[in-house]
Amino acid sequence: MQKTITLSMGNGGIENQELIEKIIFRHIKNEFLERAEDATSLSEFKNPVFTTDSFTITPLFFKGGDIGKLAVAGACNDLAMMGAKPKFLSLSFIIEEGFNVRDFEKIVRSIKKELDINEAKVVTGDTKVVPKESCDGIYINISAIGERVKEFSQKNIEVGDVVLISGDIARHGASIFASREGIELENEITSDCKSLWPVVERLIKEDVKIKACRDATRGGVAAVLNEWAKAKDLCFEIEEAKVKVSDEVRGICEILGFEPFILANEGTFVAAVDINDSQKALEILKEFNENASVIGIVTDEYPQKVLLKSEWGTRRFLDMPSGEILPRIC
Amino acid sequence: MVLKDLYDRFRDPKAIQALSKEIEKEAEKLDRTINIMEVCGGHTHTIMKYGLLQLMPKNINFIHGPGCPVCIMPKERIDHAYILAMREDVILCTLGDMIKVPGSKGSLQDARSNGGDVRFVYSPLDVLKIAKENPDKKVIFFAIGFETTTPMTAALLENAIKQNIKNMLFHINHVTVPEVMKELIDSRDEHVDSYNNQIDAFLGPSHVSVIAGSKIYEQFPSQYNRPVVVSGFEPVDVMEGVLMMVSQFVEGRCEVEIQYKRSVSKEGNLKAQELIENYFEKRELFKWRGLGNIPKSAWKLKDEFGEFDAEKIYELPKEEIEDHKLCICGDILRGIAKPTECQVFGTACTPQKPLGSCMVSSEGACAAYYKYGNLL
Repeated sequence: MQKTITLSMGNGGIENQELIEKIIFRHIKNEFLERAEDATSLSEFKNPVFTTDSFTITPLFFKGGDIGKLAVAGACNDLAMMGAKPKFLSLSFIIEEGFNVRDFEKIVRSIKKELDINEAKVVTGDTKVVPKESCDGIYINISAIGERVKEFSQKNIEVGDVVLISGDIARHGASIFASREGIELENEITSDCKSLWPVVERLIKEDVKIKACRDATRGGVAAVLNEWAKAKDLCFEIEEAKVKVSDEVRGICEILGFEPFILANEGTFVAAVDINDSQKALEILKEFNENASVIGIVTDEYPQKVLLKSEWGTRRFLDMPSGEILPRIC
Repeated sequence: MVLKDLYDRFRDPKAIQALSKEIEKEAEKLDRTINIMEVCGGHTHTIMKYGLLQLMPKNINFIHGPGCPVCIMPKERIDHAYILAMREDVILCTLGDMIKVPGSKGSLQDARSNGGDVRFVYSPLDVLKIAKENPDKKVIFFAIGFETTTPMTAALLENAIKQNIKNMLFHINHVTVPEVMKELIDSRDEHVDSYNNQIDAFLGPSHVSVIAGSKIYEQFPSQYNRPVVVSGFEPVDVMEGVLMMVSQFVEGRCEVEIQYKRSVSKEGNLKAQELIENYFEKRELFKWRGLGNIPKSAWKLKDEFGEFDAEKIYELPKEEIEDHKLCICGDILRGIAKPTECQVFGTACTPQKPLGSCMVSSEGACAAYYKYGNLL
């Protein structure tokens, strides 16, 4: 097989078949894909949840993951945050002509690994090759269907609920910034990219009264909390010091003038939990990530606002992020 | 030592609270309210972000100053950047959030979406790489900033000359702090008292003095009877700077003091100053947005480096452009109005759709008020 992707590998002919057989099917073939039909018939779901997401990222390979892992984890996490177990995925590639086949295989392997963690299957897919310089290496689109085990929804959040976070924040955003801009650190930052279904499944099994969950991806923790505050006309009071940020991430933020609250996470979620279950929730979250913590409570003091409380007794609002994230001038 | 050690001590809750108590104790001895202008937007943001105003006694009042390189850029110069960026043979490079500021034709972000090649760089020296990689393009560095960033632009030019790079040009917008401070004190309106400054003292930005030294402020105590404390940007720095300031008033002193002793000296960085002197000379006048023309307040390239000067090489419009008539950024930059006094604040003017650059810049006073809320 050729070492780089050619336009003919997306033409539906022999070369296309070769790419699918030798790389994609080799890793992720299953009874659904084997049928090799235009579409896949799936058995009925009791309570289906459906999501879709497209993934473009530079660099494609980063410390802690790659675009393949990110795509599967990202789509499955969207389901997990709704209390749904991920089951079936579509997988669609748009690949730039000249892309390295070995790199493509590495991405497919990552996809397989992440599918196994979620016990999910790819049941339909597509591959397109576009001329050089008309896309940035590779794009992946995934749609996913899951079965809802428990209903989490922001509409359930009420005054008195406790807000938890499943780990330290901003690692994905900071690691991508650092690698994109060639900022070298003594301790490299690893993205938090991972699938969240296993920890959510535990929380459900232990019958923790979760009101709502949201993975803090683009826009970071600031976006999640602000969206909830606005949707429910409530105030989220957060103890700034309880939100853990690694020294390396804080370093990047200091250099570039960013707030960790607005940087992306790809395996960290915020949860609003009934106050009586908050300790149980924390213990479970800590089994998966020691940096999990209780960060605040829901009140009605400043409706639609996120209030940050400092360790020295001052308070300020944490705003919804907006615009491009740009480094400071001075 | 890791980066963390550089700031952790300066955000220590106990130290911040202890300084707050000290300031309160000292301020009780004052017989009036003192108005401290923090010249730099970086200080404004520290005060707002860390909620330091909530720790200040009532007789300490902060006035936000004109020290944000993005806020003070007049529309006509942003238009220059836009016009240059839209040329097919040009790659326009600039720092950080300059690309969000609206000129009369739009922002550089708009230029980019209209097909212009606009890139932001973390350091001016990154422009060298872009120029080398694009020999068939003119790579123009739209240079902005106060004393802090000026030496880096000079270093970029020095490197371009040494490496014989022929496709790099500069549009220089570097400004200086003491001249605008003088302007704020000197400008008087005989008919409208409220238009006259209320500034009793200045909190000077540490990064400016790392380069230029504390000596640039010596005229303020001696000629204008205004003390200056050069202070760092961490919460403990600002609190300590304020305490030093209050002590001067209580003790009846009026002088330049350095709080940020860990990097600032009276003389500053002589090598950086020499670099600036080698390549730049003062403009007779430079228009500051909302403040008007201020003599000797900005740099330009010396005539001998005219081949690198985008303002000389390209035909750029000279006429001045008025700001939006509802926008009171000028009064805000002058320290005679607070952002919330502007009738379009948070309504017609937001970070997503700004009328004025004080709302766009990450160092702008309006952006700080909008972002950190009205708990102050």
